[in-house]
Amino acid sequence: MSDKSTDDYWKANIRIITISMVIWALVSFGFGIVFRPLLSGIPIGGTDLGFWFAQQGSILTFIVLIFYYTWYMNRLDHEFGVEE
Amino acid sequence: MSQFAINLIFVGASFALYIGIAIWARAGSTADFYAASRGVNPIVNGAATAADWMSAASFISMAGLIAFVGYGNSTFLMGWTGGYVLLALLLAPYLRKFGRFTVPDFIGDRFYSQTARIVAVISLLVMSITYVIGQMTGAGVAFSRFLEVTNTTGLFIASAVVFIYAVLGGMKGITYTQLAQYCVLIVAYTIPAVFISLQLTGNPLPQLGLFSTHTESGQPLLQTLNEVLVELGFNDYTGMHAPQNTLNMVLFTLSLMIGTAGLPHVIIRFFTVPKVADARKSAGWALVFIALLYTVAPAVGAMARLNIITTIYPDGIDQPSLAFDAKPDWMLNWEQTGLLRFEDKNGDGMIQYYNEANPPQIAIDEGWEGNEMVTFNQDILVLANPEIAQLPGWVIGLIAAGGLAAALSTAAGLLLAISSAVSHDLIKSIINPGISEKGELLAARISMAFAIALATYLGLNPPGFAAQVVALAFGLAASSLFPAIMMGIFSKKMNSSGAIAGMIVGLGSTVLYIFTYLGWFFIPGTNMLPNTPDNWFFGISPLSFGAVGAMLNFITAYLVMKMTAPAPEHIQELVESIRVPKGAGAAVDH
Repeated sequence: MSDKSTDDYWKANIRIITISMVIWALVSFGFGIVFRPLLSGIPIGGTDLGFWFAQQGSILTFIVLIFYYTWYMNRLDHEFGVEE
Repeated sequence: MSQFAINLIFVGASFALYIGIAIWARAGSTADFYAASRGVNPIVNGAATAADWMSAASFISMAGLIAFVGYGNSTFLMGWTGGYVLLALLLAPYLRKFGRFTVPDFIGDRFYSQTARIVAVISLLVMSITYVIGQMTGAGVAFSRFLEVTNTTGLFIASAVVFIYAVLGGMKGITYTQLAQYCVLIVAYTIPAVFISLQLTGNPLPQLGLFSTHTESGQPLLQTLNEVLVELGFNDYTGMHAPQNTLNMVLFTLSLMIGTAGLPHVIIRFFTVPKVADARKSAGWALVFIALLYTVAPAVGAMARLNIITTIYPDGIDQPSLAFDAKPDWMLNWEQTGLLRFEDKNGDGMIQYYNEANPPQIAIDEGWEGNEMVTFNQDILVLANPEIAQLPGWVIGLIAAGGLAAALSTAAGLLLAISSAVSHDLIKSIINPGISEKGELLAARISMAFAIALATYLGLNPPGFAAQVVALAFGLAASSLFPAIMMGIFSKKMNSSGAIAGMIVGLGSTVLYIFTYLGWFFIPGTNMLPNTPDNWFFGISPLSFGAVGAMLNFITAYLVMKMTAPAPEHIQELVESIRVPKGAGAAVDH
């Protein structure tokens, strides 16, 4: 495996990590806390969308994020020939 | 059959199962003892991680924390789950590729420094020992309530059981008992929640029930809860209220997330899977298993809060409330523990429950003389839940076994982290590098036995500040270990001076901030500023400072690195190699 492809592999990894971390922060700190007032117009079962994100939505998003990352990285490992 | 006999059967059967597993999964080598020979299926490891992570605090305390604060304590839900995203994306796969047995192992080797290794060992020991005290006292409380033995006897039984499977089986025994303990605790937590959700909303899934229509009032459950709370002078459930504020909420959540990802007893679980790809997948499964409890907990909290109010005011706040001599059995049972207490302040023979600090109109009109539910310990909420919902006796037995499973599984994981830090990082890496494999295994077993003895002693004589020290454990993990590990992977040039300076500044600032408000070494009266929101720096509570400490760690490490020589070539090559999964099998031992 050449150094070029190691670099590219790592760059692709950093890119997907960055995107995932933005979503991670957006659903918890964003929708759940800081931007909650902006979501207060969207009612959910006696409260608003921000409350749902704080108590349930962020956790569900975290699960999807990890499995998506796992799937993406398995594909990337294969593409660059670095899987075990 | 009496409730005592039922509890005994459930707890006894679960303990017999754990001991059976321990005999089946004995450890024959140090690889077995520290990492279950890296042969654990990633889904099994996910369940074991979930049990390892979910402690007495998650099982017993969390629903109560949410029930009595509402939205403001969503921080615990997001913080204690969001850390797994950090683990899966930033730490677990690379640490697995590195292929050693402990967290100080990584820090010592990556920063080519015994000083860094020792700083890591000290952080690990302080945070794990403080954490284990809470588990042992939790197990003691569960024993004394459900098995009618004294706290001391309960603690000794718990220690004996942990001793058998932890000393015999090490990581291998602990992994498979944790799998069994996960099953026990999740069933125990879910069954009462399903029944309560059915009773209140007609929806069997508590996750949906929380946002469904309350059958009795015909409007959404949370709206009903908000209304009755406001009627009684309390804060509404779904809003944010002082002393909570947006900045503090963000920082506290972030501290819990980073702290979770930096806890050594959680990190070492990812050393047990066969491949790097399995470490990623395993973190996902761990979060699935954790979410099964963490999405039920807020429903349990809200529904129990409503249930308590409707038990006291069966026909609404303006109608006669519950009479003292008509108290249901669960109130009488828990009053005996002192965790629940009523006092008829106005002598009318009926219980009035409301917010004294902000009395509703009716309290003034009727001349109520104060809130008469004087004590309601938040920890009894989950344990009393089946009784509050009038569920059959076997559900109560199940809750007893579940609470013990949660406490014991976490205790075992912590004890393993402690003993491997002593036998592997102190004895093998620093004091006696020439020790044989057999000698190291024996040392690991002896340090495990010592760790159990220490935990039992501290459980019997808990320092008065145990709760605050658990918060310190998260602050330490967040401000010292997490940044060091992350920089070790993501910055090739990060050198030993930078990492050590970073850990010391992160750790030091966090400890200093906590001691400023909570007292030096938690000694009451030695705090330099009163622990109130007005005095907090930018409104940041001492418990939320871990995230700030972590940032100071990153900044210091970066600045020091810029001023000193970058990490040597062979270390940079090491970092290159841990960044790709290929070749993990070869790097298993050293």
